[in-house]
Amino acid sequence: MATFTLPKNSTVGEGRTHAAPAGAKNVRSFKIYRWDPDGGANPRTDTYDIDLDQCGPMVLDALIKIKNEVDSTLTFRRSCREGICGSCSMNIDGLNTLACLKPIEEVKGDVRISPLPHMPVVKDLVPDLSQIYAQLRSVEPWLKADTPPPPDGERLQSKEERAKLDGLWECILCFCCSTACPSYWWNGDRYLGPAVLLQAYRWIADSRDEATGERLDALEDPFKLYRCHTIMNCTRTCPKGLNPAQAIGEIKKLMVERQG
Amino acid sequence: MSKTIDTREAVMVGRRSDGTLVRRPLSPHLQAYDMLQMTSALSITHRITGVVWSVGMVFLVWWLASAAGGEASFNGAQWFFGSFFGILGLLGLTAVAWYHTLNGLRHLYWDSGRGFDLPTTYLTGRAVLIGTAALTALTWLVMLITWI
Repeated sequence: MATFTLPKNSTVGEGRTHAAPAGAKNVRSFKIYRWDPDGGANPRTDTYDIDLDQCGPMVLDALIKIKNEVDSTLTFRRSCREGICGSCSMNIDGLNTLACLKPIEEVKGDVRISPLPHMPVVKDLVPDLSQIYAQLRSVEPWLKADTPPPPDGERLQSKEERAKLDGLWECILCFCCSTACPSYWWNGDRYLGPAVLLQAYRWIADSRDEATGERLDALEDPFKLYRCHTIMNCTRTCPKGLNPAQAIGEIKKLMVERQG
Repeated sequence: MSKTIDTREAVMVGRRSDGTLVRRPLSPHLQAYDMLQMTSALSITHRITGVVWSVGMVFLVWWLASAAGGEASFNGAQWFFGSFFGILGLLGLTAVAWYHTLNGLRHLYWDSGRGFDLPTTYLTGRAVLIGTAALTALTWLVMLITWI
């Protein structure tokens, strides 16, 4: 159900301000969502004034600087810091993206940072992704074939067949797109969301996979697939430049085509 | 109506460091997201114009029914549609109808599997906005020329 306001325990209050060191000339305010399960209080926004002359260029650099030098309690996920692991996905300046790929320079004014939208918060910028992982599991994102592979080698694809997977295999499962989708916000319990549907299409489009029919059968559902209303927030926000909306469109087209 | 349970409820419960249960907050969505970007803004406008257009149809039915109801009732309806708010409403309804129609064509194009890339999405989006303004103005221009 669509509830446009936040529950009582989720409204965000004003938090602490950590001033920049004296003498800092190039100061930028980072307004960061904080919630501590041990505190018992509502979430709050803490402000960290950071000297950009003493900080790396990306938003993740600022977060790491804050954790190292200002406030070690700040909690966020990060790993590769080069846009390939998908860990540091979060909402920065109103759009979901990877903190490691977002230059601070691109943000005008204060840098507002909150967790991926409409998700349960584990702590600070860390959302609970178990629902979305379960949905990914449900589309069985692996190769399914009854025919055994050739005894002397791999299952082969033509260059054209392989090209169909471009724009699909690059997804790093950061879930920026799914959590940018208002349809997924309101119906995420039953709608699979753009990231998972792109993964579903990645196997539907694979020439080596022999379960296309069953895969389409499983998606033929008013909620799983058809809650996509082509809002396009997914494609707009994808930090890898992929196009989940197009993938969903292709699935819908296949649904119509197989009706005959 | 049976109350459906949102399966996401299960992940709304977490644990504190001492093992006791705690209700997790829901992260900000409309409160944090940039809803004025072209993608979602045009999408919600499509839905709103659909609703407004449907409500506008009630007024059309009233107009037709009043015509069937005789001179007095028809004059009443005509007075309303000719009043300041009546004309304002009709003007708004014209824009709403054009927007919903043009954006509907945009959806039809998407349904054919085309126009999903961002540059095209923005191009068609702008075309819908400009088209709505132009066709609304044209509609009223033609109406004014025919009637006055």
